[in-house]
Amino acid sequence: MVTSTDVRDDGGRSATSLLYNPVLRQIIYQVLTCAFIAWLIWYAASNVAENLARANMTAGFGFLTGRAGFDIAQSAIPYSSDSPFTRALLVGFINTIIIAVCGIITATIIGLLVGIGRLSSNWLIAKLCTVYVEVFRNIPPLLVIFFWYKGVLSLLPDVRQSLSLPLSVYVSNRGIFMPAPVFGERFWLIPAALVVGIIISLIYRAMARKKQMATGKASPILLVSLALIIGLPVLTFIALGTPITFDPPVLGKFNMRGGTVVGPEFLSLYMALSFYTAAFIAEIVRAGIKGVSKGQSEAAAALGIRPGLTTRLIILPQALRIIIPPLTSQYLNLTKNSSLAVAIGFADLVAVGGTILNQSGHSIEIIAIWMGVYVTISLATSLFMNWFNTKMALVER
Amino acid sequence: MTDNLAYLRETFLQPAPPPGGDSTVLGWLKRNLFASVKDSVISIIALLVVVWFLINVVDFLFIEAVWTGTNRLACATVAQGGTLPDTWHGACWAYVNAWFTQFMVGSYPRDQLWRPITVAILFVATLTPLLIPKVPRKGLNAILLLIVLPIVSAVLLLGGVFGLPFVETSFWGGLMVTLILSFIGIAVSLPIGILLALGRRSKMPIVKMACVTFIELVRGVPLITVLFMASVLLPLFLTPGTNIDKFVRALVGVSIFAAAYMAEVIRGGLQAIPKGQYEGADSLGLSYFQKMTFVILPQAIKLVIPGIVNTFIGMFKDTSLVSIINMYDLLGIVKASFGDATWLTPVTPLTGLIFAGFIFWLFCFGMSRYSAFMERHLDTGHKR
Repeated sequence: MVTSTDVRDDGGRSATSLLYNPVLRQIIYQVLTCAFIAWLIWYAASNVAENLARANMTAGFGFLTGRAGFDIAQSAIPYSSDSPFTRALLVGFINTIIIAVCGIITATIIGLLVGIGRLSSNWLIAKLCTVYVEVFRNIPPLLVIFFWYKGVLSLLPDVRQSLSLPLSVYVSNRGIFMPAPVFGERFWLIPAALVVGIIISLIYRAMARKKQMATGKASPILLVSLALIIGLPVLTFIALGTPITFDPPVLGKFNMRGGTVVGPEFLSLYMALSFYTAAFIAEIVRAGIKGVSKGQSEAAAALGIRPGLTTRLIILPQALRIIIPPLTSQYLNLTKNSSLAVAIGFADLVAVGGTILNQSGHSIEIIAIWMGVYVTISLATSLFMNWFNTKMALVER
Repeated sequence: MTDNLAYLRETFLQPAPPPGGDSTVLGWLKRNLFASVKDSVISIIALLVVVWFLINVVDFLFIEAVWTGTNRLACATVAQGGTLPDTWHGACWAYVNAWFTQFMVGSYPRDQLWRPITVAILFVATLTPLLIPKVPRKGLNAILLLIVLPIVSAVLLLGGVFGLPFVETSFWGGLMVTLILSFIGIAVSLPIGILLALGRRSKMPIVKMACVTFIELVRGVPLITVLFMASVLLPLFLTPGTNIDKFVRALVGVSIFAAAYMAEVIRGGLQAIPKGQYEGADSLGLSYFQKMTFVILPQAIKLVIPGIVNTFIGMFKDTSLVSIINMYDLLGIVKASFGDATWLTPVTPLTGLIFAGFIFWLFCFGMSRYSAFMERHLDTGHKR
């Protein structure tokens, strides 16, 4: 006798088991995903082709060699409106890097001070730092930029009534005018001396470590390194007979002549990014210091290690392990937020790209360049982070 | 017997007063502000700075501020062509007052203002019970807030049906746009983010790679480039002749961006769920989708509610960037108001930005407080 279950078993086995075969299912899902992505790309590409054809345009990066035709106010490398688009983009990229590096340095210093301040035993300081963090964390960075640009810096006096500070520094609503350094012939010897100083101090440190391991005697590493790194360039500077002169700005009829200027766009972007990011860094620093358990410092005290050494050798290395990963992502955020420069016309990568986009209409290429550059920076940073994390990871039992 | 003793106290000692006023104001001051010489110096300097700063801020914001007036003359000094003395320096609240409706809803037709107001009331009415942990029926509430409310709001705000006059999105503006952009951004990004997070943790290499590429690409670039892409490239990607609304383009950009960040938040939650939960669901014979919807996701999402709120705060702040692609959100309209000749004075930008900053701050600070509260509230269940 054939039961109903038997029938189902025999008749439906191959179909059901195929349907419920996990390997086959995964393949089907992935083929579907591939098909969907391929269709999406094909759909977009064919539409782009048709749209471009209608607008009588061709895609491709060839246009980048054409003449830019616009001026850039602040450029770290020689640039004129006759330079090609690629040069303009390079100027923008360098400006992005400059603003990011300046912002990161200042934000780290402010963030470190505020973060430690929040843990201070002094009630007033702790509360002030808390207020700082809570104010800046909860306001859009773009608003902070406008605050400096439209609210503060534009209220400064006109160029002709500039505030005059010592050392021929003038402050006005067109920025800060400073004496420009003019480097002498053999000036390159000074950075060379700095490099030599760093190398020698690194060697000295390695030797001192070896000596300490062997004999237990500590050497004054910090003092010697400082003397080498600062002293060598200073000595070279004096020996070369101060190969640097300054060209101070002079007030002309309408504007300053000579000197170098830091424009209000750069200043407001720089200050806004520093103050905004510092609030986040402060929280990271605080979390990092609080994350080291109290037993660590107590154990160090029980071993008779001095407080300064405890901080340097026990607390800080452990706190840094907690601090550095989120800190890097804040640095990346600052770099990405520097693209807000476009709102106030500071010539960073996005602002320059935007000008080119408006001028040439090659939107796909420009946006591809933007994304390519920023993604490369992010990926490079995360590669570094992965390397750092594996190096710093706690070796657990 | 007492004679043998060298010393005997015969009177009862009164209890001594508590040491050096530990609980008094003076004791508190000594402990928290003047513990050492260095501390005292720092405290005094900080106190002087705070007092100086507060005096100036209160003076600017309230004492010297101008509260009434109809044009720039009310807020300008004699040298600037106004009536105030040259030493005057205060906020111009009269200008904020004149622009207030613009700051809230932009150029929304003034005779139709009841529509955004109704939407705001509905929003508060559906959001409040969702935020209070004790109120039951969270699922129904979430459906109301995330699915029903957007539809009702779209009908109310856009109009064109049920006899409501049609209002183009180009008339929308101000805080309304900021809220709509960030709210819809989060409502759209949540489901997409969940799918992306599941895809990233899946064992299928192609699905995983596609999700990782999308997430890392979007997270690696600034929002402004994604917004440019949405506003400039989206029309190129669609069939020729399709015209999409500028508002929708910004919405697409913001949603793409938020989805990538949301995916990472959700992934954090998925990773925090112990392996036993996955194995338990498997051993009960649940399918993948049953396992995720009934066992893993409810726990994972509950774990990352603070993270979701933080993403929302970020989104709320980031929507201010749409002003760069010529949309009038709160910051965009405040910026546009600086060009208004009626109120063109040196203090106008500062006043407007302080006002906008205060609104942004109020929302973000409120949300971050709520996130901290939820963190404490949810913490109890997961302590091991």
